[in-house]
Amino acid sequence: MCLAIPAKVLEISGDVATVDFGGIKKEVDVSLTDAVVGQYVIVHAGFAIQVLDEEEARETLALFDQILGGNVA
Amino acid sequence: MFRFRDKEMADKIVQKLREMDLQITLMHVCGTHQDTLVRHGLQPLLEDVGVDIRQGPGCPVCVTTAKEIEESIALAKAGKTITVFGDMIKVPGVEESLSDAKTEGHDVRIVYGVNDAVDLADKISNEVVFIGVGFETTTPSIAVAVSRRPPKNFSLLSCHRVIPPALKAIVEMGEVRLDGLIEPGHVSTIIGSRPYEFLSEEHGIPQVIAGFEPLDLLMGVYMLAKQKEEGNARVDIEYRRVVKPEGNPTAIKVMDEVFDPADVKWRGFPTIPASGLVLSDAYQEYDARQRFEDDLAELEGKEFKEPKGCRCGEVLRGVIRSEECPLFAKTCTPTNPIGPCMVSAEGSCSILYKYSKHAEAK
Ligand code: SF4
Repeated sequence: MCLAIPAKVLEISGDVATVDFGGIKKEVDVSLTDAVVGQYVIVHAGFAIQVLDEEEARETLALFDQILGGNVA
Repeated sequence: MFRFRDKEMADKIVQKLREMDLQITLMHVCGTHQDTLVRHGLQPLLEDVGVDIRQGPGCPVCVTTAKEIEESIALAKAGKTITVFGDMIKVPGVEESLSDAKTEGHDVRIVYGVNDAVDLADKISNEVVFIGVGFETTTPSIAVAVSRRPPKNFSLLSCHRVIPPALKAIVEMGEVRLDGLIEPGHVSTIIGSRPYEFLSEEHGIPQVIAGFEPLDLLMGVYMLAKQKEEGNARVDIEYRRVVKPEGNPTAIKVMDEVFDPADVKWRGFPTIPASGLVLSDAYQEYDARQRFEDDLAELEGKEFKEPKGCRCGEVLRGVIRSEECPLFAKTCTPTNPIGPCMVSAEGSCSILYKYSKHAEAK
């Protein structure tokens, strides 16, 4: 039940945003985040619980790459 | 995000782990982690390099007690409209499940989130009871809904629980010698890394907050192994793209406003201090246990036995793995579950069954 899935914010109106889960559009409650249009949010049970930090994602992969001493990422 | 599934990188991490010559036991507390481990075949891969991973109490439906299931059924039978997450509906109570109650004609409805239950209460005049099950990932959404003061015919049967006190209980019970903890990524999205720090400081346990792709988990294991090798014990965050040390302050604030901690029992555990959540004074009017005290009176003080032969308790404490239960895939299957660990999509018995040869043979 702690499954939460990233979705892209398409539109925000008050506490409700229309988000895109890879082609499927849904309305979710974004009152727990400061998400803006264009960002990815992590959605759980109809609520966005956090904004996904794309920069951190890239850095994490770069760090993995460094630790593993390769050029895979 | 697909690079978090990169096969070549995964092989490299496993190779690194092999070189470390490990013999360690780790625990995670999250059904989604278990799903990743089993679905992608990571468990045998890790075993092969000396890493044994147990699930622990990381399945909110599984740790919900028989008494709480019975309370939900009693309220359905007393004529309330029960709204519940799909995972809960088939969990066996003493004699039947919510799904059986529904078949008998009682009003039990599956909802995707709490807002669906509030909307329903707006539309119908009957009492709508939401069965609130879930850890810190789920609780903020419930708290938001309650803080908005839903219609008067809405109430909450809180079965919510919080993770850090359960980890403390596991560590202090000492049944399994743990070399490290993999903390749940989405619970941590809400609470951050600080509430786990005492486990490293007081009990010397290395911890990592990991995401849910195969590379996240493998890297999480590597980070724990490194901590152990270097003699460290702290909380590392692998899932940085989503988890901040401070968590989600808005969510924490609304949870604190709407809920107070309470001592509750978890399936397979004794009462764990401050591990449950009850509505705070300002929101008592939404407490289903108070509103329907008379309907629930019969259950007070009753003892509820675990299903005969079911070893969910030990599975949830990480003492055994699902395959060690003699009933697994024999008398206990997803179509005829004996315990909740075979019902919930987050239960380790149901996850193992789903990806095992038993499921294919069906
Ligand atoms: S396999 Fe079934 S009976 Fe055994 S522990 Fe799991 S849920 Fe209980």
